[in-house]
Amino acid sequence: MSPDNFVEISGLQFGYGRRSILKGLDLRVPRGQVVSIMGGSGCGKTTLLRLIGGALRPSQGSVVVDGESVGALGRDGLYRLRRKMGMLFQFGALFTDLSVFDNVAFPMRERTALPEPIVRDLVLMKLHAVGLRGAAKLMPAELSGGMARRVALARAVALDPELIMYDEPFTGLDPISLAVISNLIRTLNDALGATSIVVTHDVRESMKILDYCYLMAEGQIVAQGTPAEMLASDKPYARQFFRGEIDGAVPFHYPGADYRTELRLGNRDR
Amino acid sequence: MIDKGWLTVGGIGRWAIDTFLRLGFAARFLGLTLLNSGVCLRRPRLVVREVYFSGVLSLVIILVSGLFVGMVLGLQGYQTLKTYGSESALGVLVALSLLRELGPVITALLFASRAGSAVTAEIGLMKATEQLRAMEMMAVDPIARVVAPRFWAGVISTPLLTAMFTAMGIYGGYLVGVVLLGVDEGSFWSQMQNSVDFREDVVNGLLKSLAFGFAISWIAVFEGYDAPPTAEGVSGATTRTVVTSALTILFLDYILTSLMFRGL
Repeated sequence: MSPDNFVEISGLQFGYGRRSILKGLDLRVPRGQVVSIMGGSGCGKTTLLRLIGGALRPSQGSVVVDGESVGALGRDGLYRLRRKMGMLFQFGALFTDLSVFDNVAFPMRERTALPEPIVRDLVLMKLHAVGLRGAAKLMPAELSGGMARRVALARAVALDPELIMYDEPFTGLDPISLAVISNLIRTLNDALGATSIVVTHDVRESMKILDYCYLMAEGQIVAQGTPAEMLASDKPYARQFFRGEIDGAVPFHYPGADYRTELRLGNRDR
Repeated sequence: MIDKGWLTVGGIGRWAIDTFLRLGFAARFLGLTLLNSGVCLRRPRLVVREVYFSGVLSLVIILVSGLFVGMVLGLQGYQTLKTYGSESALGVLVALSLLRELGPVITALLFASRAGSAVTAEIGLMKATEQLRAMEMMAVDPIARVVAPRFWAGVISTPLLTAMFTAMGIYGGYLVGVVLLGVDEGSFWSQMQNSVDFREDVVNGLLKSLAFGFAISWIAVFEGYDAPPTAEGVSGATTRTVVTSALTILFLDYILTSLMFRGL
């Protein structure tokens, strides 16, 4: 594996039971870049993130993060590796019984022996970075969707991770929150000198901040390139995906029996 | 809901396999919880917080129920004992029924529906909203951080609540028997003192409640952790916690009574 890549995936296969989700996937995430993995709903994007985080183990192939093969690590090794990662979940996944401040302080209190005054200063700095220092005392239930996601982002970067993963960070946000989050993804990545993986199906917002893009369909990478290359791509699936066309490589109709036969019109009028 | 599959041999077989698989998961989960309980000793604050939510907040319902159960016992016991002219034994009747059976059993039933269901719903919702997964991604084990403290808080709270329920019940019996119906106060207390044995009655009752607390906590945390991450899944798990706990308590009570009070 090249030391320039923070994550390297080759020949990755994975399935739940008999249902196979990922079918021989190859992907590289270079250090310092913001890379997105796009694809329609249910194509295995979130599963891929869980494999990188070590929550699932590959059936075949390898996932190497910062030089360590994730599938081969034991529990302690995995927990050690996860200390280099931060993850933003789709709806934030804030701890609802803790205040905004305590949520961001959680990883620091659980995983470091920092004295409380330092934890306080660090938390306020992280919250300041996402623009929510003034909301430190609020409870998660008092936040709007966009604010909750920013707090979760502050929590994900609480310990200055080297790899930040985003699971659908743009889902269900208003245009202002959307711009704020996408801007934060880029600035935090560059300020921390981290590497980011953004799983999303939001083309417009993510194209502004990306360095490189992978497009997934049916458990495989079907197209890859810089945002400009992707938008100009003439591969059928990429074309349909990036232009939002209704019919094409992905048919509008879910496969089923013949329409005429199903309506029992077979013998009439022809 | 009656499923057609139930009626076939295959359906019964599937049901049996599922049930035993689940029992196996539950046992493994208990093992994991016990193995990861070290954190409760290192950071007792985590347990104290849960004892507050499960135990202290259950106090009102436990104390009020204890008082009423004791009062009813006083009333009923008085009517029956009076027929044989032995009202003075009312204290013994109230104390023994509460210490041996009613105290541990009713407290456990109330605790399961008040605190056990809350623990299941809380853990289930934490799972449904990906809070447990987020914790794992932060390299924090949710079994150690979330499950173990709630489990031990339940085990600790139940005997303490049982003791308070019983004390309150005896006071209720006293209130009705002595203050209201005029049983002699001296014989009420002295007969109780003579007939109640500390090891036989008090300790056995508390051991029972300890067993109930263990069972309720186990069921509650397992159902929560095992709940499907949907609104329907969490509500189903909460119901199962209450139903399974109630049946387990009553079944365990029979087993424990037959083991503990064999000489009687």
